[in-house]
Amino acid sequence: MIKITVIDRENNPHEIEAPTDMSLNLMEICKASELPVQGTCGGMALCSTCHCYIQSKHELPEANDAEEDMLDQAFFVEDNSRLGCQIKLSDDLDGLVVKLAPE
Amino acid sequence: MIETDILIIGAGPCGLFTVFEAGLVQLRCHLIDTLPQPGGQLTEIYPKKPIYDIPGLPDILAGDLVKNLLEQAAPFKPGFTLGERTETIEKLEDGRFKVTTNLGTEHIAPVIAIAGGLGCFEPRKPPIVNIADFERKGVEYIIKDPEFYRDKKVVIAGGGDSALDWTIFLEEIAEEVMLVHRRKQFRGAPDSVEKVMQLAEAKKITLITEAQVVGLGGNGKLENVVIKTKTEGEKTQKTDHFVPLFGLSPKLGPIAEWGLNIDKNAIEVDTFDYRTNIPGIFAIGDINTYPGKLKLILCGFHEATLMVQSAWKQLNPDKKLTLKYTTVQGVTGFES
Repeated sequence: MIKITVIDRENNPHEIEAPTDMSLNLMEICKASELPVQGTCGGMALCSTCHCYIQSKHELPEANDAEEDMLDQAFFVEDNSRLGCQIKLSDDLDGLVVKLAPE
Repeated sequence: MIETDILIIGAGPCGLFTVFEAGLVQLRCHLIDTLPQPGGQLTEIYPKKPIYDIPGLPDILAGDLVKNLLEQAAPFKPGFTLGERTETIEKLEDGRFKVTTNLGTEHIAPVIAIAGGLGCFEPRKPPIVNIADFERKGVEYIIKDPEFYRDKKVVIAGGGDSALDWTIFLEEIAEEVMLVHRRKQFRGAPDSVEKVMQLAEAKKITLITEAQVVGLGGNGKLENVVIKTKTEGEKTQKTDHFVPLFGLSPKLGPIAEWGLNIDKNAIEVDTFDYRTNIPGIFAIGDINTYPGKLKLILCGFHEATLMVQSAWKQLNPDKKLTLKYTTVQGVTGFES
């Protein structure tokens, strides 16, 4: 179990306890926690509704081509932009802070 | 005027399978979809992705599943209204419904099956504050007639195939073409990427990478865009047109105004036969919701099958329907 913080679009932080043994990704845990993340494509990196900004200093695996391609269709993309569905929750991500990108 | 037994809104997997199940009980179907081809998100978003949870098919590409569903439905001669968005519904005096699209095509049917998936696909609009003010006054999300841009200044934004293809195409028509993209790499077809690079080198187009369009200006019509680049900050660019091409995203659309009970963008149904709160209107597949709902294609197939039985009973109130196995009877399509 790890603790992550998701800051919603109104700037309210939500502390979430997330299991790391269920191969969940960030988009899925946000949806399960009833945060306003659509995850339209179901996690195939084929939409950009789980676009978020990584605000903590965690080292994440680099975005692959599919994720970069999809970020091309997102708006307000910054250097710390990622798709939540491509971030697998693991023990190294304890304390992760992310902010949901504007819709 | 199109008349049918079951009017299906949405030509995705669920809508297509409804045609087959309806055909087995001698009901005819017509499908409406905003996309220009059947298959819904399977063809539009992920045609090359394998699906592993269709019973009896260990793995199948989404595009192939659609092809198979079309083949399975073909004997029952479904009609299609494609590339049109369902707008309004009206109850006629004889109890049937009249459904009209954005282009004015009228459909009449006693039963409506909403199989709209995530909703209708609409161009994704950049979140620029005043963009709505310039729609049809210089901002277009879809290029319908390239001639519209003859001898005009055009700024295109995006990094996919449509942005690249239109940049190449409009270069010969428009006075000036500028392509703005958020990074240096493009995800389009390699040939198109190379062609755009060549055009930029030859100064036939202007390519601005690591940049986004962040503002629009003009008096009554678009006159300039504000482009923000990573290295040089913001600058204003004169233009007649701004064409953002950022793909499509689904919206529930006009169906939301039909008086159906809606919970979080999904239509509430009774799991007995997936009826909505309006008699004669059913909702199946990803667009409906009920306790325990799973958004899976295989669940949508089941929902379609049960829904069709109730549709038949509604149309044949004095008769009794007996289940006939396809293994016994085979499949007899409609003659015409």
